[in-house]
Amino acid sequence: MKIANKPIKSYLLIVLALTAFFGYASDPVKSQDGGIVDTEQEVKDYILHHLKDSHDFHLFSYTSDGERKHVGFPLPVIVWGENGLTTFMSSEFHHDDSGHVIVEKNDSRFVKIHSKIYELEEGATTVNFDDHHHPTNAYKVLDFSITKSVFGILIIGLLMLLWFSRLAKQYKNKSIPTGFGRVLEPLVVYVRDEIARPNIGDKHYRRFTGYLLTVFFFIWIMNLVGLMPFGFNVTGQLAVTAALAVLTLIIYTFSAKKDYWQHVLWMPGVPIFVKPVLAVIELAGHFLIKPFSLLVRLFANISAGHIVVMSLIAIMFTLKNELGTVGATGLSLVLSFFITLIEVLVAFLQAYIFTMLSALFIGMAVEEHDHH
Amino acid sequence: MTVPNLVGAGLIVIGAGIGLGKIGGSAMEGIARQPEATGKIQTAMIIIAALLEGLAFGALFLGK
Repeated sequence: MKIANKPIKSYLLIVLALTAFFGYASDPVKSQDGGIVDTEQEVKDYILHHLKDSHDFHLFSYTSDGERKHVGFPLPVIVWGENGLTTFMSSEFHHDDSGHVIVEKNDSRFVKIHSKIYELEEGATTVNFDDHHHPTNAYKVLDFSITKSVFGILIIGLLMLLWFSRLAKQYKNKSIPTGFGRVLEPLVVYVRDEIARPNIGDKHYRRFTGYLLTVFFFIWIMNLVGLMPFGFNVTGQLAVTAALAVLTLIIYTFSAKKDYWQHVLWMPGVPIFVKPVLAVIELAGHFLIKPFSLLVRLFANISAGHIVVMSLIAIMFTLKNELGTVGATGLSLVLSFFITLIEVLVAFLQAYIFTMLSALFIGMAVEEHDHH
Repeated sequence: MTVPNLVGAGLIVIGAGIGLGKIGGSAMEGIARQPEATGKIQTAMIIIAALLEGLAFGALFLGK
């Protein structure tokens, strides 16, 4: 059994490793349309489009018989517009992203422009744009769609629930976990002993370890999934990182002790005329600067990583004339390979830093000072 | 991106580079003097580097 299993496993590994390049390599093929194209502009558009959330799962596209063919699967669109709740599948837009395809549902007309869904005004049949390419006779609707990111969060959330409930159950029956739990256990212990306990303190750390473990694994797995071909760029969405930062803000606001509020509002030990100034600074730090630094750091790091990797892959198109096809492809392969390795490190580091700073902020809030 | 934006981005990166260099250099010195405190120094170094990075990214993000 063991001997028979091993070669299959290693073949699978090799195939998996190769798909990484395959996925990347097949991505920018989109810019290889017929006719004269501005490669640089196409690459820029492609990268910006890649960073955004989308309403359908787009795997790849190709041109046959002079027609663009898209391969992927649709996701449900759930919007709240003028006539209440409306649901339909995103395939009804036919991969249109410029507002040409109009979907009529529930007496309303919907169009999709730059991954945002708009509802047309009464009686309008086409979208008019102003100089900045904003629609003038359509407005945004409340969008609760299961987008690519939401889909990714649900899948990974479910997977994490499965892994960790299994790990927890194993401790009840046996003394050591088996299977994938052996990979997770040292990380759980690491977050508890190296992040939660030293920063929050022995007295309170148990209450917050659950939250810290959740954000750590969520961010780490999401970062890694974002690096995979056909993956979801979830931690590179401002809304997602903002939600995580607000969770941390809520936790350290509501668990803060009297001592902490005293230091924020009326700092002891400084001259009286400095106290109001310090209170303003401390309040801004508490409610704005701390969450803002958390959300922008994660978002910017992951987005920057994606932009760098995609730009390096695009070298095979932008430098094709200077280096030749083989030279440009080789250069982009080598560079993107090593940058992707660094990105794997960054994926861990950002999860670590987010968890670490959350623990630090919570630790500052629950700390009890000795009064001399 | 306009020219002032680009110059601003360059200034931010220079500032962040100097800051990161100082943090890294001091951490190296600290570790060389007291190798047994390596873990603690690394943790503190990463926290300060993360705070600096947040500031730099925030500035780049606002200036975009």
